[in-house]
Amino acid sequence: MSVRALLDIHVARKRFADTTVLKDVRLALQPREAVSLLGPSGCGKSTLLRIVAGLEQDFQGELRRPDGEVAFVFQEPRLMPWLTVEQNIGFSDDNHYDRAWVTQLIEEVGLKGFAQALPKALSGGMAQRVAIARGLYSRPQVLLLDEPFSAVDAFTRMKLQDLLLQLAEHHAIALLLVTHDVDEALYLSDRVLVMDNRPSSIRQALAVELPHPRDRRDPRLAQLKALSLTALQQAHVI
Amino acid sequence: MTSKTQAVPLATPLALNRSAWPRRLKGLVLPVLILLVLEVVVRVGWLPSYQMPAPSEIALTLTDLAEGALWKHVSASLGRVVLGFVIGASLALVFAAWVGLSREAEAYLEPTFAGLRSIPSLAWVPLLLLWLGIDETSKIVLIAIGAFFPVYLNGVAAIRDIDRKLVEVGQMYGFSRRRLVRRILLPAALPGLFTGLRSGLSLAWMFLVAAELIAATKGLGYLLSDGRETSRPDIVLAAIIVLALLGKVSDGLLAALEKRCLAWRDTFQGAGQ
Repeated sequence: MSVRALLDIHVARKRFADTTVLKDVRLALQPREAVSLLGPSGCGKSTLLRIVAGLEQDFQGELRRPDGEVAFVFQEPRLMPWLTVEQNIGFSDDNHYDRAWVTQLIEEVGLKGFAQALPKALSGGMAQRVAIARGLYSRPQVLLLDEPFSAVDAFTRMKLQDLLLQLAEHHAIALLLVTHDVDEALYLSDRVLVMDNRPSSIRQALAVELPHPRDRRDPRLAQLKALSLTALQQAHVI
Repeated sequence: MTSKTQAVPLATPLALNRSAWPRRLKGLVLPVLILLVLEVVVRVGWLPSYQMPAPSEIALTLTDLAEGALWKHVSASLGRVVLGFVIGASLALVFAAWVGLSREAEAYLEPTFAGLRSIPSLAWVPLLLLWLGIDETSKIVLIAIGAFFPVYLNGVAAIRDIDRKLVEVGQMYGFSRRRLVRRILLPAALPGLFTGLRSGLSLAWMFLVAAELIAATKGLGYLLSDGRETSRPDIVLAAIIVLALLGKVSDGLLAALEKRCLAWRDTFQGAGQ
């Protein structure tokens, strides 16, 4: 399975002070695949994501990242409040960012006309759209998302989920997403990995073999939800 | 969304316009009243005019001075404040950046600065006079010391208050330390730096007066002590008024610069404008 994987990680052990957070976690991401990590708060799924992103380097194990870019979308938009939407999207290239590409991204995330707006003037959902556009700016092969929609209301969340799927499809990006929303995990991903409490490892992998675009009311999603809830229960998460 | 961003800036100026002028006028009531009462009290003779000159007399003195020596004193004082403030604030910014960015530097430097800070700055005066004499250098150094600490303290606090989450965005992009400073740390610390610069400037004026009161042949502080020695309270009061004006104007300049640089923080700039 990991022959042509985009990203390959094996965390033998990751500890914070005296607590082991992650133990023997293996994960491979195929091109264009969407994988969700589902688990309780504090189980180390965000830590795993941060290790993949290179933000956390103190761990035992191996990480093979793709040759191309890996981008990160945080739980909060984390926009620079002193920069306009446009400047925030092209942030990684200082002031000589590719304007045409930024303009295209602004249109793709549905913020046409907001290029010169400051983050203060944006709603939470709009700010997160900017954050996604900033993630896409570097033309990544893998987009890592840490509970990206947990801070927005339910309707905005559904819209942003659809936007994310559409963008991932259009730009051929693989997604690795951390969430504790079962519906979100099932709706977005090809595989859902259920993690248990610390020291956590991947307890169960659920394949979601449904074609896109998916219907949120699809009974098969409901069945999978029941399965994942059982898995979470067995993992003593709920 | 659009309706929200448009409605807010529209609503505020309307509310402000109605109350801004009356409020400004209300602020003038007390000073004008005091001036009028003083004028009357002095004219009637309840207060001896050699102690409290009438406001009109002070105005006359001020115009007299303006035609003669005032500019010499103003430019001397202004030059000292600017030079002292620039030196003190620049050094403070350098040390604040150093201590703020590096725990190592903090461990080495912070205790020393904390110790120096606990010395009331005017206690340096005799030492500065002994070491540097009574000419310009000692005055500039004293003003620089006065401006140093507020800028330093606010600078360190500003850097340490930066949201770690924003810094992480830079780390995610693999920014070098320099780039991190230029792209994230400096802009994020700017609000705190301005607070420090403004309080540093007001302390610089305070120390200017202290330095000039002690030993000077020109400057507004000299004008103050000259007025005292020649029993001319009108000159003293005129100098105080000029100091107040200069302090207000210089702070206003910094405030305007702050407003310009920090527009992203203060104002709601509507979409696509």
